[in-house]
Amino acid sequence: MGDLRAYAALLGGQFRSVTSYRASFVVELFSSAGATALDVVTVVVLFGAAVEVGGFTLAEALMMTGIAASGFVLGDLAVGSVERIKLYVRTGMLDAVLVRPLGVLPQLVLMDFPLRKALRLVFGTSVIGVAIALNDVDWTPARVLLMVVAPIAAGVYFGAIFVISATLSFWWVESGEIGNGFTYGGRDFTSYPITVYSGWFRGLFAYGLGFGFVAYQPGLALLGRPDPLGLPGWAGYSSPLVALLAAGIAAVVWRVGVRHYRSTGS
Amino acid sequence: MIQMKELRKDFSVRVKAGRLRRVKRTVSAVDGVSLDIGTGEMVGYIGPNGAGKSTTLKMLTGVLSPSGGEVSVCGLAPVPQRTRLALSIGVVFGQRSQLWWDLPLAESFRLLRHIYRVPAADHAARLRRCRELLDLDAFLDTPVRQLSLGQRMRGELTAALLHGPRVLFLDEPTIGLDVVSKQAVRSFLGELGRSGDVTLVLTTHDLADIERLCRRLVVIDHGRVVHDGTIEQLHSRYGSRRRLIADLDAPLPDGFEVPGATVAAVEADRHRVTFVLDDVPAGAVVASLVNAAPIRDLSLVEPDIEDVVARLYTASVSGAP
Ligand SMILES: Nc1ncnc2c1ncn2[C@@H]1O[C@H](COP(=O)(O)OP(=O)(O)OP(=O)(O)O)[C@@H](O)[C@H]1O
Ligand SMILES: [Mg+2]
Repeated sequence: MGDLRAYAALLGGQFRSVTSYRASFVVELFSSAGATALDVVTVVVLFGAAVEVGGFTLAEALMMTGIAASGFVLGDLAVGSVERIKLYVRTGMLDAVLVRPLGVLPQLVLMDFPLRKALRLVFGTSVIGVAIALNDVDWTPARVLLMVVAPIAAGVYFGAIFVISATLSFWWVESGEIGNGFTYGGRDFTSYPITVYSGWFRGLFAYGLGFGFVAYQPGLALLGRPDPLGLPGWAGYSSPLVALLAAGIAAVVWRVGVRHYRSTGS
Repeated sequence: MIQMKELRKDFSVRVKAGRLRRVKRTVSAVDGVSLDIGTGEMVGYIGPNGAGKSTTLKMLTGVLSPSGGEVSVCGLAPVPQRTRLALSIGVVFGQRSQLWWDLPLAESFRLLRHIYRVPAADHAARLRRCRELLDLDAFLDTPVRQLSLGQRMRGELTAALLHGPRVLFLDEPTIGLDVVSKQAVRSFLGELGRSGDVTLVLTTHDLADIERLCRRLVVIDHGRVVHDGTIEQLHSRYGSRRRLIADLDAPLPDGFEVPGATVAAVEADRHRVTFVLDDVPAGAVVASLVNAAPIRDLSLVEPDIEDVVARLYTASVSGAP
């Protein structure tokens, strides 16, 4: 309870800081809107060029794109700013965060809450909306539930990926953009049916790292299609479990990472 | 209040060896420090650059995990119980700000009240005191990024105290301050220390801070404690002595001697003499001197802490602590 008030205060402080530069806030909002528009164009162009994606119709593939996009935005909104840890670790600014009576992760997240990215959520959910309209989904209670849970689970999953890749910087201060390879690369990977990939690449990302359970499997379950790659039907409903597992791993990696923080010599 | 037992921190760093090769080397920043600091003590923690002062404070505040040894502050283990400990300690790292860069100072204080869950009345009372003693009123409504260094440091000190910490860790709180600000900070800390329930650990390169504030002085070098005691103990250990300088109306007679004092210099046509007092009160020297030559002026010079500490630093470099 007391903690909640403390976090609310942090968020309020962040909001007032951002709005104290009113002009740049507006600029960021516009550039975020621009990026979102670009996302739409990408999807339209891609799906306009091909009639079929990895054995799925465009409408079917859109379901997976929508879940991936919404999940990514949710994860990005919630913990995407953990990326700033790189700067905090390199400059030693994390010292000041560590001496406060609050968790490190929530502080980092709330000290730079990317309100401007909220716009992208509209994009993600509209893609899902379009997919629902285009596909003839056989709505059962389980599917309705899955439709609500899948994007949230995808959000948790992407959140975990954000945290894990940011944690790299505790061990490797110059990790730079490598972490982004996993986050943005992961989003792009999950935007398409995994049948478009092949070999060890698919094995590693879809099953090894679990990206196949974020949008592809729930998509199949919603559409009522059997998996051409042979996983049973319940796999589609396992996405919350996979997300929780990823979150658990992220929590452990994060804790170990913070213990490895070595500050700077001044 | 604070216990350290054989506390160590090693950093592994990669150093260039040849054009591409890099070898891993271990730097022992803190190399087995054992200290016990009681409630209400004010301890000056000093040492040359790179001695390991900041690293020690970071381990005490839960920022860094120790590589070895034991540490407890307020009965808590700093790293595992970091958030609980944070409620009982106040920290000022001269280089790192606790304040919101873009917000007015007063706003930072308000946010900190929520973060530390301080009852409004306590918060207001502490803030009022800091405003008076540290003279904050003139810039309370200025965004932190527009404050001068000295103004910001006064803000940082206030920020570290608003939750009524039992232990205060200050890493170079007077760095870069002008004479007036330094004095304001010192007398503020002195006031705080007099109440006797705040424990204070202070690192500084300005030894006047220590002379004014700290009864106990801990000197470290290369991560090891080389002195732990009062300033007087330090002086007697390193044989620093008081000096008596006398201006005479007549030349000092040849072969003048006082038991317990050494004539260090005779200047100005033997009209000025400097004695080093080994083990004798100044009065005894003056009494002998009046019999030898009429005295015009006298000054007694206390041993200079800077000199002693400089000697201590160089002594420990050459390996003999
Ligand atoms: N993050 C780090 N990585 C590697 N080495 C470090 C790090 N922090 C400190 N050191 C090394 O540890 C030693 C002690 O550093 P520390 O900052 O504790 O010194 P200090 O006593 O505070 O010095 P100063 O008076 O200059 O502030 C130095 O040799 C420094 O190079
Ligand atoms: Mg230091």
